[in-house]
Amino acid sequence: MISELFSVTVLIGILASGIRLATPYLYAAIGETFGQRSGVLNLGVEGQMLLGAFAAFYVSYTTGNLWLAVLVAMLVGALMGLAMAFVTVNLQAQQGISGIGFYLFGLGASDLLFQKLVGTIKIADSFPKIHIPFLSDIPLLGEILFSHHILAYIAFLLVPVAWFVLNKTTLGLKIHAAGENPEAADSLGVSVAGVRYFTIVLGGILSGVAGASLSIAQSNVFQQGMTSGIGFIAVALVYFGGWRPWGVLGGALLFSMVNSLQLWIQVLGVPIPSDIAVMMPYVLTILVLVLTVSRVRGPSALTKPFERED
Amino acid sequence: MKKAVRLFALFALFVLLVSACGSAGPAQMGTFRVAVVMPSAINDLAFSQSMYDALLRVQAEMGGPEKFEIVYSENMFVVDDAAAAIRDYATQGFDLVIAHGSQYGSSLQEIAPDFPETSFAWGTTLDTFGQPNIFAYEAAADEGGYVNGVLAASMTTSKVIGVVGPIETGDAKLYVDGFKAGVLATNPDITVNVNYIGSFSDVALAAEAANTHISAGADVLTGTAQMVVGAIGKAEEANALWFGTQSNQTSLAPKIVVASQVYHWEVVLNEMLDLIKGGTLGGKSFAINLANGGEVIEYNPAYTVPAEAQALAEEAIKGIKDGSIDPMK
Repeated sequence: MISELFSVTVLIGILASGIRLATPYLYAAIGETFGQRSGVLNLGVEGQMLLGAFAAFYVSYTTGNLWLAVLVAMLVGALMGLAMAFVTVNLQAQQGISGIGFYLFGLGASDLLFQKLVGTIKIADSFPKIHIPFLSDIPLLGEILFSHHILAYIAFLLVPVAWFVLNKTTLGLKIHAAGENPEAADSLGVSVAGVRYFTIVLGGILSGVAGASLSIAQSNVFQQGMTSGIGFIAVALVYFGGWRPWGVLGGALLFSMVNSLQLWIQVLGVPIPSDIAVMMPYVLTILVLVLTVSRVRGPSALTKPFERED
Repeated sequence: MKKAVRLFALFALFVLLVSACGSAGPAQMGTFRVAVVMPSAINDLAFSQSMYDALLRVQAEMGGPEKFEIVYSENMFVVDDAAAAIRDYATQGFDLVIAHGSQYGSSLQEIAPDFPETSFAWGTTLDTFGQPNIFAYEAAADEGGYVNGVLAASMTTSKVIGVVGPIETGDAKLYVDGFKAGVLATNPDITVNVNYIGSFSDVALAAEAANTHISAGADVLTGTAQMVVGAIGKAEEANALWFGTQSNQTSLAPKIVVASQVYHWEVVLNEMLDLIKGGTLGGKSFAINLANGGEVIEYNPAYTVPAEAQALAEEAIKGIKDGSIDPMK
């Protein structure tokens, strides 16, 4: 049984499912990275994802147009982000508490809309696996890396893009300044409020896509509370990844690979109780967080509202 | 500023409440009033829906909402919230308050003695805590599971079958164990792979669990609890067959769903109602099974099941009914 764990089929299976499972975590955690780098902790990711998941499902279900579905999920995420930005930037509310409020709003609102507009569980169109000529046909690698739906590829492409924007552009510099020393940034003419609005709305948009990836790519249904904690794990992954896109990628992959490993461990009948197996990714996340917490310092102004002194 | 946050939190709470509660109509004379608290939605095509549909069937038999009033709280996955709802319903004087979820047991044990005039029902379990006003009910999920297993075993060509479960306990474990027994009794050479994903709501992980089974060679899948709707989609993509349980899941994938074990709780509900009307408020436990008609194997009319497979299934049903087959052996 243990030796079967290292057979080629199983290895391919673990790696390929790990990549698929990482998709929603990547969107949500990259979006959260932008917000936190500019000084705003958004705990409402889960709620934004739920509304995004429902919006994407509903548009796909009623129109069959998958890209329109993603677009609407982005729009819904953006609106949630806008509301979050208003509450944290203009009203300067405590970020953790208001984030929880947004989570509860998303949880309730997505459920309510689902009940009123759809009623019962329905099947919608979903993004198919894409066969890329040549690349998908490479033995082993093709199956691991190039047998996924389009949203998975975009999620992975997002990592270098996010790294570039955060580290190599003026915008990235402004985000960094808003998160490290908003007073200094402000005196240099950077609109801290503007930057934070941008990052929170961007985070909302990406959370919307994260939700869409669950309801119209990973699966083809919407169900109440279907994000089941992914949004909160995504927030943890930002700390885990030291507020850097590549670190977040590492964390998302590690978490998802261990998650897919536990699915295989059970399928192969390795004698570990299922309760222990399903705990593995979470225990690992906590362990790594504990071990690495002092390694990188977070943005100095994280969770601190900024008020201009006129 | 703080006020704004508080207002917002209140607003969010309000939305949540509106979405979580059914409507409570006014009580009328001569109306039997039932309240039910459920962990998921009334239309989850699984555990909660099986109870809600049964209540509706009882209502239709009794002559409509004027005679039999149903009020529900769905999505009560937080046990403390469920406990508050149960207590509220008891305070409002409902004739029967149903706690439809084994996780609500310890709350019910505390609440029931405070309302000796109210009848409570708790499932799925057979434990009434020895209290005179608690009925207990459960489903012999292993029986229908066994029949599904017999069908699955006679229809697999790859000789690998995958099972997606939530948490290894209660109704889910009964179903999975019965299913495995049914497969192995029909053909001991078949491999049955099981994974419990540790969640009742993680649809995407259930989908990935189905992918795992398919990669491991499975051409027939089954699963139990409300998150399996994610797995059914993946089975359909891979053109693998699906066996359902709790509710009829044919509508989710008419091409691949072969049969579903459907719960008809009205069998035990009717017994409870008769007892309550006679003045007995609890202290008894009930089980639905194949023999009493509380469990029915419903085939998908659009899917043609091979005659031999169906014959084997009928034989299994007969054997379980007359006691010559024990699904848990």
